[in-house]
Amino acid sequence: MTFINYASREINCKIVYYGPGLCGKTTNLQYIFDSTAPQARGKLISLATETDRTLFFDFMPLELGTVRGFKTRFHLYTVPGQVFYDASRKLILKGVDGVVFVADSQEERMDANIESLYNLEENLQTQGYDLMKIPYVLQLNKRDLGNIVPAEDLAAELQKKGEPVIEAVASTGAGVFDTLKAVAKQVLTELRKG
Amino acid sequence: MDASAKVVFLVDKDGQEIASQGEVGNLDTTSLASLAAGNVAATGGMAQLIGEKEFPTLSHEGEKESIHISVVGRLLLVVVFDERSSLGLVKLRSKQVSHQLAKMFEEVTSADYDDVDSPFAGITDEDIDSLFS
Repeated sequence: MTFINYASREINCKIVYYGPGLCGKTTNLQYIFDSTAPQARGKLISLATETDRTLFFDFMPLELGTVRGFKTRFHLYTVPGQVFYDASRKLILKGVDGVVFVADSQEERMDANIESLYNLEENLQTQGYDLMKIPYVLQLNKRDLGNIVPAEDLAAELQKKGEPVIEAVASTGAGVFDTLKAVAKQVLTELRKG
Repeated sequence: MDASAKVVFLVDKDGQEIASQGEVGNLDTTSLASLAAGNVAATGGMAQLIGEKEFPTLSHEGEKESIHISVVGRLLLVVVFDERSSLGLVKLRSKQVSHQLAKMFEEVTSADYDDVDSPFAGITDEDIDSLFS
């Protein structure tokens, strides 16, 4: 649910990056953090294990500018991708406004993508959301690797409802901001509907 | 009600900060709000696993600074305090003020806002595009 603070004239939206383990969710956030002016962003909080796997979530607030006199802030979250962190993954989806599904383009991760997407639909339902109705973007990550599934085949398998499909290499930043823009636009368009 | 606290926050259970009061200074209130909500959500998950509905209060005591969180309906009252106060006092005052807050939130949520126009109904595609230029 978009949070509008009339007292401080701020709109706060929550975007969650979802996807299988090691697909590059944290890398997306890290790239946004590294390439944003310090005054437009807050700290990047990463609750990770000693081996850098996300344990609970990564979090970063990002300020985009003003719309109709209201400061627009996006709270970006990632979920832990590993299968056994399902309980904490569910919690992060509370109050979500938009979801980015980060798919791993490597052939051997196809099953993991499908499983994670199914898990997303299920966990959204638990929180009372319908994937078919919320702002949603599909990112095909790791397009620079050798053993990847063609983008059309990936989209054919993973696209749910005609959502924007964006090819990316999160480690170099290719497609990272396009993804964020695509989901942010949908969230703000929802706001217009009221 | 005075609990000799340093900072007091009201945070939505989804992690959005609603209000803060006190010696905020350089404190990263946005992150604190998000982590407090994550903390309550995680302990709430633990509560359900052992057959409890939720844990209505949480406290974390540090060497100098401490945090006390109480769940008030869908909101969280987060109190940051140091050695000028004590956990007992903060707990007592939080409990007392929680009743008042709960009553206030009930009034606010039951109020009729249907006649208030959303300032965003008129957002244009250009407004949205301008954020990304």
